[in-house]
Amino acid sequence: MASAREEILGRIRAVDRQATPAVPREYERVRRADDPVGLLAERVADYRATVHRAAARELPYRIAERLDGRGRIAVPPGVPWEWRVPGVSWLPDDPPLGVSDLEAADGVLSGCALAIAETGTIVLDAGHAQGRRVLTLLPDYHLCVVHADQVVVSVPEAVERLDPKGPLTFISGPSATSDIELDRVEGVHGPRTLEVLLVG
Amino acid sequence: MGRNPVTWLGSPAFPDAARRALDDTQLRGNLRKATTTIRGKRESVVSELDDWEELRRAGESIKDDVLTNLDTYLERLEAAVTERGGVVHWARDADEANRIVLDLARQEGADGVVKVKSMATAEIGLNEALADGGVDAIETDLAEVIVQLGNDRPSHILVPAIHRNRAEIKEIFAQMPEPPDSDDPRALAEAARKYLRRKFLSSKVAISGANFGVAETGSIVVVESEGNGRMCLTLPETLITVMGIEKVLPRWQDLEVFLQLLPRSSTAERMNPYTSIWSGVTPGDGPQKFHLVLLDNGRTSTLADEVGRQALRCIRCSACLNVCPVYERTGGQAYGSVYPGPIGAILAPQLAGDLHDEQAASLPYASSLCGACYEVCPVRINIPEVLTHLRAEVVEAKGKRTPEAMAMSAAAWVFGDRRRYEAAQRAGSLTRFLARDGTLSSLPWPGSKWTDTRDAPVVPKESFRSWWRRNRG
Repeated sequence: MASAREEILGRIRAVDRQATPAVPREYERVRRADDPVGLLAERVADYRATVHRAAARELPYRIAERLDGRGRIAVPPGVPWEWRVPGVSWLPDDPPLGVSDLEAADGVLSGCALAIAETGTIVLDAGHAQGRRVLTLLPDYHLCVVHADQVVVSVPEAVERLDPKGPLTFISGPSATSDIELDRVEGVHGPRTLEVLLVG
Repeated sequence: MGRNPVTWLGSPAFPDAARRALDDTQLRGNLRKATTTIRGKRESVVSELDDWEELRRAGESIKDDVLTNLDTYLERLEAAVTERGGVVHWARDADEANRIVLDLARQEGADGVVKVKSMATAEIGLNEALADGGVDAIETDLAEVIVQLGNDRPSHILVPAIHRNRAEIKEIFAQMPEPPDSDDPRALAEAARKYLRRKFLSSKVAISGANFGVAETGSIVVVESEGNGRMCLTLPETLITVMGIEKVLPRWQDLEVFLQLLPRSSTAERMNPYTSIWSGVTPGDGPQKFHLVLLDNGRTSTLADEVGRQALRCIRCSACLNVCPVYERTGGQAYGSVYPGPIGAILAPQLAGDLHDEQAASLPYASSLCGACYEVCPVRINIPEVLTHLRAEVVEAKGKRTPEAMAMSAAAWVFGDRRRYEAAQRAGSLTRFLARDGTLSSLPWPGSKWTDTRDAPVVPKESFRSWWRRNRG
């Protein structure tokens, strides 16, 4: 008896199929925006996330301001030393924190791989200053730093820049559900508060 | 091979089920409110993109390429996932897929698993099969929790509990250890968060579906809102993903099309809150064992139907449900399948593959053929064309060249082309002048084959399609 694999592939090959024309990619791959960072700020805020703008030199001060009184903050390896401002109880993920430690954390500070202005999306790729996926998932508060040169306008620009090997997480606002009467409610399993610091 | 569970055993044929559903005024109220909200929102986010039509055409074309070269892309996906440390399994039907998943769960010594909402696993009745094998499957999507705790059946692809309002949900959640204290959606979401948290943290095995699987890179994509998906895809040691074979995409670049089409069509957002993409196993990050189950379950036989195969382009957005006047009135359960609404009416009977089954055979008739579903479909599935094609097949399966069979194959020809369809509608409105009492007692051939045995109703002066567009946009 043929294996399931051989049988399924065999069924497909038995179908008379005609060659399809090349995919028409007449949609806009790159979109222009006068102020991509401003557009990102507006679109992120639409999801009821909080957005703050900061000049590069005032970033540590802004981070301290956001994290003041927030308790224990998890932080991935590779976060620049100047982000780890004094006065915050830091929980570095190095060596990796246990699930119960992360459950007990009050928040997390991370960077990102890039951000998509048009859709108000931040993308994490587990790379520099982002760490493991679980870090930005279990704590109820996420402060994410986005630099102006990480902002693209359209989804195609983002897909082109990202490394498919991943793992990738696209984040558009705090966790939400539309399951009750198709009305969006923020705050289910992921961080219920998302704050974005836009730098530059 | 057993019966395909894509349609629910013992469900009445659509006309009977619809009649029953229409008596439920609460259900109709809930549905009208929900679909009206989502229609308005979708319209507004879609109109933001000037290139929406070009994106639809690209989506259609990529999916057609997938169907044409399905064997090649599946082999490529298998190789890429294997190379990245995943294990690929193939399942001919529901029974085989369920057995594979149950065996894997048992191997890990799990007596319970957490699940991300997945149409494929609902289609094969995985939860029931796992329960029979002594493994408790816990749904974690809010709407699925509502359905599971309410011992209910889903009624919508995206929002399976759309038929329930907040007051009903509060009552269902009363059985939780920490029940909600009000019917405010915020309180209901909070109750679900607490209820599921321990389960996420203690489960060794998670089960998901897949929105897309990229052949070129082995990347699997899950699109969600609540974060329950991220929990399942990140915390357990073992992840099992069940993916319909048609969900494969050829290239990484293709995601740039679908990550625009899907969120705007489904939840009517510029982007859904969370999208997770992974490829095999990542050391030190997330599940260290990954299994991908590639599911046929009627898809290859659907592929063999030249007209019907376009249903396999579906990306499960559910936009067609939200605009359908029939769905809005009957709700999803009347369709007797996890796939309700216009797409369900063409997908469920094809996957079931048995047009002698009275219930499956009634589904292609669950439509007024108004065409609203085709207009919103992000991958341009011509649902009316497939509906009329399947009606002709149903009639043929009955064994006679009846006048009805001829009328349906003529209708299929008309629906096959938008210009023919609109011309026929214009011609139809002329026939009003021929009738005196609201019915047409004789039509010219081939319509005469129909009116020889019955009166045809007069075609209204405005087509339903344009009335719907004008009134409900």
